[in-house]
Amino acid sequence: MSNPLRGEVVRLYKNLLYLGREYPKGTVYFRERLKVAFMKNKDVTDPEKIRKLIDRGEFVIKELEALYFLRKYRAMKKRYYDPEH
Amino acid sequence: MAARVLVGVKRVIDYAVKIRVKPDNTGVVTDGVKHSMNPFCEIAVEEAVRLKEKKLVKEVVAVSCGPQQVQETIRTALAMGADRGIHVEVSGKDYDSLGPLQVSKILAALAKKEEASLIILGKQAIDDDCNQTGQMTAALLDWPQGTFASEVAVEGDKLKVIREVDGGLETIKINLPAVVTADLRLNTPRYATLPNIMKAKKKKITNVKPGDLGVDLTSRLEVLRVDEPPQRQAGVKVETVEDLVGKLKEAGRI
Repeated sequence: MSNPLRGEVVRLYKNLLYLGREYPKGTVYFRERLKVAFMKNKDVTDPEKIRKLIDRGEFVIKELEALYFLRKYRAMKKRYYDPEH
Repeated sequence: MAARVLVGVKRVIDYAVKIRVKPDNTGVVTDGVKHSMNPFCEIAVEEAVRLKEKKLVKEVVAVSCGPQQVQETIRTALAMGADRGIHVEVSGKDYDSLGPLQVSKILAALAKKEEASLIILGKQAIDDDCNQTGQMTAALLDWPQGTFASEVAVEGDKLKVIREVDGGLETIKINLPAVVTADLRLNTPRYATLPNIMKAKKKKITNVKPGDLGVDLTSRLEVLRVDEPPQRQAGVKVETVEDLVGKLKEAGRI
């Protein structure tokens, strides 16, 4: 197991798990799929490949943040602003 | 130049939750329901933090009024970049009747105590939709106000605020100290990620009681009844235009 990167992977998992609490389809749905996604790569040992996977995880974090923002923005806009604007 | 910014944040039921009225019609169900920071308050915090990042203010203080749980909301503000928090302890009946008048008295007292020169609030809370706290706070302090702000710029010792009004946009210049309320398009608030929340644990939250600030919390309002909006009637489909006209006549519409 690539020791130096293990910490980063665990941190990434925790960050994603935290973000998953607000997932529209529910925390449980998110957590199940997150676990599957991480477990699928549990035997990867090449540090470069691991780094690439971590980067992909960071990308997903950014995507989720954007999703949450857009969802909230659209809901607020719909509720409080005249449809013409 | 504003040295200290006070940002008010409110803990409300999460915007995505389906609201349910209590069976006794005295209010909505809040027990076990997901709560989060009012979206307009998030925008207010973001603006304050951006001002600090631009080095236009020195310190951002997040304030919230309520029971123990509002500390979560203050922590979120700290995770977004506020420097410290103030938790004004209000609970039980006082919290149930806490409204813009009481909160604005608290904020005005805090602004004087903390020597703040700028207060940024969300324009309204998504639970009560009052849209009053900012205005009342400004009036109590006799400070100018820039409400519904979609853009804020510091110009020397004044603030240029672009306001969203019905006819479009209004640009005003107001003296500091001032109160600003944030509208939807002011900025895009950053997400309080887990690493930021962890870092924010080191930041201080001080507890204050309304009595210490000399604020009287008695409400002049009494909630008589809370009801759900009427259920939407199902639509009726018709086959021809004649049917449509017939149905409209039946309903007394034409």
